[in-house]
Amino acid sequence: MTLLDVDTLRKDFPILERSVRGDRRLVYLDSGATSQKPYAVLNAERDFYELHNAAVHRGNHQLAEEATDAYEQARATVAGFIGAAADEVVFTRNATEALNMVAYAFSNATLDGGPDRFTLRPGDEILITEMEHHANLVPWQQVAKRTGATLRWFGVTDDGRLDLDPDLITERTRIVAVTHQSNVLGTINPIARIAQMAHAVGAIVVVDACQSVPHMAVDVGDLGADFVAFSGHKMLGPTGIGCLWARADLLAEMPPMLTGGSMIEQVFMDHSTFAPPPQRFEAGVPNIAQAVGLDAACRYLDAVGLQAIHDHEVHLTGLAIEGLNDIAGIRIIGPADLVDRGAAVSFVADGVHPHDLGQVLDDSGVAVRVGHHCAWPLHRRFSIPATTRASFYLYNDEDDVADLLAGTRRALEFFA
Amino acid sequence: MNMETLYQEIILDHYRNPRGKGLREPFGAQVHHVNPTCGDEITLRVQVDEGVIQDISYDATGCSISQAATSVMYEQLVGQPLDQVWPVVEEFVRLIEGRGKVEPNEDVLGDGIAFAGVASFPARVKCALLGWMAFKDATLQALGKDFT
Repeated sequence: MTLLDVDTLRKDFPILERSVRGDRRLVYLDSGATSQKPYAVLNAERDFYELHNAAVHRGNHQLAEEATDAYEQARATVAGFIGAAADEVVFTRNATEALNMVAYAFSNATLDGGPDRFTLRPGDEILITEMEHHANLVPWQQVAKRTGATLRWFGVTDDGRLDLDPDLITERTRIVAVTHQSNVLGTINPIARIAQMAHAVGAIVVVDACQSVPHMAVDVGDLGADFVAFSGHKMLGPTGIGCLWARADLLAEMPPMLTGGSMIEQVFMDHSTFAPPPQRFEAGVPNIAQAVGLDAACRYLDAVGLQAIHDHEVHLTGLAIEGLNDIAGIRIIGPADLVDRGAAVSFVADGVHPHDLGQVLDDSGVAVRVGHHCAWPLHRRFSIPATTRASFYLYNDEDDVADLLAGTRRALEFFA
Repeated sequence: MNMETLYQEIILDHYRNPRGKGLREPFGAQVHHVNPTCGDEITLRVQVDEGVIQDISYDATGCSISQAATSVMYEQLVGQPLDQVWPVVEEFVRLIEGRGKVEPNEDVLGDGIAFAGVASFPARVKCALLGWMAFKDATLQALGKDFT
C-alpha cells in the first residue's frame, strides 16, 4: 500500500488554508457532495479564459481553433482516465444530466417511434436499487410513467449491501440502473456481475459512478456497463461539467435529449438531421473552461495515483468506523467492514438528530453532510429520517478523523 | 454567532420536554408537512372554535430546533383568539427569515424570542418554521381558506 503525502497534497488546495466559525481549522468531510479544487484546476480554468476563450466547433479564427483543441483534448483526457475512446464521452453539466440523457433517450424513442433498443413497451421492466441517489431513481420513475414500463428494484440488506435477488432479472428486464458506490452507505456494488446477469437477458446497464470514478481506478471496459455517468465537481474539477460514457454502438443509435445549435448535421425549415456522437448530445455552447478544468483534475488525480487515493481513503474509513463504534449511542448505517467499501461513513446518534449533530460539528470546524443525502427511500429502508455523513478524499488525514470523533462526542454530551 | 447562542436553554428544554405533543381530537383540520432537504415531517391538527385556537396537537420527527419551535408555538398560541394569533405567527416568521438583522419584538413573541439565533443559520430556517407553517396551513383550512 502506497501512503499519500497528505501534508504536501493539502498545499495544493487553497481553501484548506482558511478557518471557519471564528478561528476553527476547516475539516472538510463533505467531498461526497462536492470536492475542493487544487491550484492546477483553478489555473487551468483561468488560463483558458485569459488566453484561449472562444466558442468551440464554430468560427475559423485562431482563438476558436485553440478553444476547440482544448475542449477536445479535455474529452480525450477524460476518456483516457476511464479507459474509453474519446468519441464515447459526452460532456454534460453533471451526472444528473447524464443520467437524464439516457432516461430521456428511452422516453423520446418510445414516444417518437425511435430505435428499437431504446423503445419500451408495457410489460418491460426497469430494474433499479433501493440505495440509488434520487438522480438514478426519479428519472426512471418518469420513464416508467411515460412509457408504461414497470419499475422494480433490488432491496438492501441490514448491513447495507445490495440484495441481489437473481429472480428480479428476467426476459422482461430492459434496463438495469445501479450505483457503483452508494453515496450514503459507501457500499461498492459488483457491477461486472450485475452487468453479466443483465446482458444475459439483453438488458442495458446504466451505472451512476459519481462516487467511484473520483476515488478509485475505474475502467469502463472492466466495469462491463453500457452507460456510465459521473460529475466533474466531485473529482476536483469545476462545477458545471460532467460526463456520460456509453458504448459507441449505443450512442450511435441514441436520440438526443436537447436539440438546437451544434448538434445538427443539416437543418431545413421543416426538419433536421443530427450530428454523430458525441456532438449530437452537446447542443449549445458547452461549458468549455469547465471541461478544461476537468482535464486538469484528471491529470492531477492520475499523477497522485487512484490506487493510492483509494487505499488512503479506506485507511481513513477504517479509523472512522472504529472510532465511531467506540462511542456509545452511535450506529453506523452501512457495511461495518472495509470489503468493497468506499469512503462515505453515515451514522445516527441516539437522542441527537443529524441536523443538531451537524450543527455541533460545524461549530467545531468539521463540515459534514446531514439529511437524507438525496437517497430518501434508502433512509426509509432503515427507518430513519436522516443520517450524518462524513466522506473522505485524498486531502483528508488522520487529524480530520480525530476531529470528527471529538466533535461527535461533544454533540452527544451537549444534547445528553 | 456560536452554537450556544443558537441552542438557548429554553430551546433545549422544549426539545427534551415537548409541550402538547401527540395527536388529539377533536380537530377542524389536519395537515402533513415535510422539510424536503432533511426529511423531517410533522402531522399537525388544529381545533378552532368561536374564533379561539382550542388545541394544536401534533406528531413530528425532527431536530431540536423544529421540535422546540413547535412546542413553543403550542404554548404561545393555544387558548388565544385568532386576531392575536396572526401577529405572533407573522412576527416569528419575520424574525426567523430575517438573516439575523431583525430586532425581535419580545412583547409579541414571548418565548419565541429564544429562536432569534436561528436566523443566523440559513440552513436551520426551515427547521424552525416547519411546525409554524403547518399550523398556518391547518388553521386556514379549518377556517375554510386556502394556504398561500
